Amino acid sequence: MINFHYARANDVRDAVRQIAGDPNAKFVAGGTNLIDLMKMDVERPTKVIDITRLPLKQVENTPAGGLRIGALVRNTDLAYHPLVEERYPVLASAIMAGASQQLRNMATTGGNLMQRTRCHYFYDTATACNKREPTSGCSAIDGHNRMHAILGGSDACIATHPSDMCVALAMLEAKVHVSGASGDRVIAFADFHRLPGDTPQRDTNLNAGEIIIAVEVPPKGFATNYTYLKIRDRLSYAFALVSVAVGLELDGDIIKEGRFALGSVAHRPWRDPQAEAALRGQPANAATFARAADVLLRDAKGYAHNTFKIDLARRCIARALTQAARGTPQSQSSKKIV
Amino acid sequence: MTSTSLTTPEAVSVSLIINGAHHALMLDPRTTLLDLLREHLDLTGTKKGCDQGQCGACTVLIDGRRVNSCLTFAVMYDGAQITTIEGLAAKGALHPLQQAFIDHDAFQCGYCTPGQICSAAGLIAEGRAKTAEEIRELMSGNICRCGAYTNIVAAIQQVMGRS
Repeated sequence: MINFHYARANDVRDAVRQIAGDPNAKFVAGGTNLIDLMKMDVERPTKVIDITRLPLKQVENTPAGGLRIGALVRNTDLAYHPLVEERYPVLASAIMAGASQQLRNMATTGGNLMQRTRCHYFYDTATACNKREPTSGCSAIDGHNRMHAILGGSDACIATHPSDMCVALAMLEAKVHVSGASGDRVIAFADFHRLPGDTPQRDTNLNAGEIIIAVEVPPKGFATNYTYLKIRDRLSYAFALVSVAVGLELDGDIIKEGRFALGSVAHRPWRDPQAEAALRGQPANAATFARAADVLLRDAKGYAHNTFKIDLARRCIARALTQAARGTPQSQSSKKIV
Repeated sequence: MTSTSLTTPEAVSVSLIINGAHHALMLDPRTTLLDLLREHLDLTGTKKGCDQGQCGACTVLIDGRRVNSCLTFAVMYDGAQITTIEGLAAKGALHPLQQAFIDHDAFQCGYCTPGQICSAAGLIAEGRAKTAEEIRELMSGNICRCGAYTNIVAAIQQVMGRS
């Protein structure tokens, strides 16, 4: 790890002032990803601004009937928050599906959005990686790509976004509140993370010098018919091969509104309006779910080692929609998939 | 203003309460809490396994919550209370978890054990795990390469039954 200046920020304005105009500066909060990447020399900030003292640790009701989650709310505190457990159980479930309790005790809401891919070439500075070093090439496309993207990839990058929490936030249509030198703005969750295109070094549409201050979830929490289904190589404490967050609004057997987002299949949580349109007004049955899965996966592309993920995703979508429709969400402690 | 790399590390002051003892320190900010404990304070009970947050051997309690000490810069926890495996036993008597790990033969090589026990202390304080299944899930951040998991769960259940 290279040397760096360490600074503490007192409030949001102070944090924004300290990072302004410094492309080599980074904010640190939970540190669970940044410090790991600094040890690997993947991240080499020359200034690290500690934002853990900022007053962004509240979960509050919004006038609109949703929740405003401070950027520094730790993952466990959010998953165990009574309002989240009651009104947004899919968010609680997705958080508990990720990492370990030690990491969830450290990791923050804002940091979860900002975490980098776990592509092993991104982590290995001896290899080419367009995300780590633009124009150096992508080692994954013709390399070990079992964990990689099947949707939305480019010739420059087929990395996936590793978060579980963000998959639920995408399904819930959260909003990201950010602050910068030129003021505050709100970014729709669907516009927050980017596809790799020819600039895979940019994970998000956050501008230089901006800081996440809160994540807002709208009133609709799908607390009755939801699930977060995560399939991985071991039963706990592993990144997903495929995950699915579902929220359904049912009228008897008919789907009034159906949303589903996939994790670990693309450079960002993946939603598809056409696939969700295939659910609307249809009976909640296996045929409907299979059709929606086919629509979502119509442009899926496998590489040498990850083609299995296309079929896995198809089955996960069908299973997750079934779980949500039955009101039997996936347990994150019992691993039995029903 | 663009910052540039320092040629020599700058020292940052931090004050920590570790196992009840106050420490006023000047640290290279790159010092992880794990390295501070082991290399500066000779508290070598906390183990370095992967140093990447993947194994849990470095688990300690910060203000009562279990965390991976390898992924924290010590200077970020100014004023915090740190409890390590050395601080669990009160007045020479084993902590109930330490006794339970002995009773149940919940280790073989012992390298992961301090992290397992600190993690289990955090788990019990959280109060979320009720069943063996839930204990296993919420202890998944602690890897035991000897595979003593069955006995680790039994040891934790023994203490949970008491508390």
